Amino acid sequence: MKKVVAKTGNEAMAYAMKQIAPDVVAAYPITPSTEVVYAFASFVAEGEVDTEFVAVESEHSAMSACIAAAVSGARAMTATASQGLALMHEMLFIASALRLPIVMAVVNRTLSAPLNIHCDHSDSLASRDSGWIQLFCANSQEAYDTMIYAVRIAEEIYLPVMVTIDGFILSHCMERIEILSDEEVKDFIKEFKPNYSLLDIDHPITVGPACLPDSYFEHKVAVAEAMRESLAVIERVSKEFGERFGRYYDILEGYETKDCEVAVIAMGSTYETATVAVDNLRKKGKKVGAYKLKLFRPFPHQRIKAELINLPVLGVLDRAEALSSYGGILYTEIRAVLSDEKKKPLTANYIYGLGGREITPGEIEGVFEELFQLKEKGVSSEEVSYIGVR
Amino acid sequence: MKEKIDSEAQCLLISWRNLPCGAILTDTKRIKENKTGAWRSERPIYDEKKCIQCLVCWIYCPDASILVQDGKVVGINYDYCKGCGICASVCPKKVQAIRMEKEKK
Repeated sequence: MKKVVAKTGNEAMAYAMKQIAPDVVAAYPITPSTEVVYAFASFVAEGEVDTEFVAVESEHSAMSACIAAAVSGARAMTATASQGLALMHEMLFIASALRLPIVMAVVNRTLSAPLNIHCDHSDSLASRDSGWIQLFCANSQEAYDTMIYAVRIAEEIYLPVMVTIDGFILSHCMERIEILSDEEVKDFIKEFKPNYSLLDIDHPITVGPACLPDSYFEHKVAVAEAMRESLAVIERVSKEFGERFGRYYDILEGYETKDCEVAVIAMGSTYETATVAVDNLRKKGKKVGAYKLKLFRPFPHQRIKAELINLPVLGVLDRAEALSSYGGILYTEIRAVLSDEKKKPLTANYIYGLGGREITPGEIEGVFEELFQLKEKGVSSEEVSYIGVR
Repeated sequence: MKEKIDSEAQCLLISWRNLPCGAILTDTKRIKENKTGAWRSERPIYDEKKCIQCLVCWIYCPDASILVQDGKVVGINYDYCKGCGICASVCPKKVQAIRMEKEKK
């Protein structure tokens, strides 16, 4: 029988961590991810999970401790947000280059300055080149499920995985969550069988040797290749999760996209807002649709091309300002994917929701109206539009 | 020397496909062959007569370069010692069994 509980996004992720029961969790609290750490620490204090919880002095140390745990053959996890993720930055590259299957919950929050604790994707996207698989979730059920199957992905391909939810919008919002039993989770994630352990003194190893111009390049290519290969692993594991538990998650999902003339694409919770806008306009007979990109790293370029190439007009919704003077990160990457094709959608870039600014179905309906205008004119919009900026 | 060139050439020829995952090295025999003491600008000089065998230098050495046999310090492994001078600085003040000397190039 399905067990249904009420949990915030943070609580759902912490509960998934409890059921995963990693050997080590090293974490430092930061808004809006504090509750993940707090709830998990409570599980440890109450003896509900047998994890070594390391209360470190910073996020840099949190990731360092996770790396040390992982090279010692432990299953290691952590959670952070915003400045915390930024402080981890140098260790993120080390985790991926050492090929350590660490899973981290990231609760998306903007970066200072000015100081702001609310959601946008600038923290996760600033880590996009760090060699971590990045999965953006649109709701807390998805976050719970993704945390669980992310463990399998990480341990099959030997790359670290970030599972992200939108700060406050999901992290602090109570939702109906269907949870699995502890046994189901344990059975799905399987036992972690490390290839080596730093603590195994009978089989000594060297971790983090210097690789100079004669070999560094090859090591980077090996990580890049693992990233390419991870796509098939991600698709297989999420499919297996769906077959086992009835909840399927695709790396790229569409809503009312079969016959649509204009569509938007977004990551995270805004996809669900966009589906409301789609429903509103479909009632008026307008052929609109919405896409959710769940997998941002590795960037599923072939899939994106296949899905979007026949679309007449695409609006790319970016929840981060890359300050490049050209456009948002999602926009520039999607444009690059489509650039060589003869037939491709007209595009427009919308940057929205920075520092937790609300995005409403009405505003997205406005985006659809503008996309219809582009369709009539037959040209792409070369200028970035900021939704709701005074 | 020829052996050294051969092993370097072999390193250069390894494709990314054959590298150990995450550059985690399990072949400790080969690691020992890769001597790393060459960049030392100062070398520790150990005086057995002054040493009180407290083993503090052995505990502090970041590169396991204090040679110990049967629980006693017997010298310094210059193949790996980087000349950081920690051993000399932690050697008790009254003892001073290790001093640093400019490396002759």
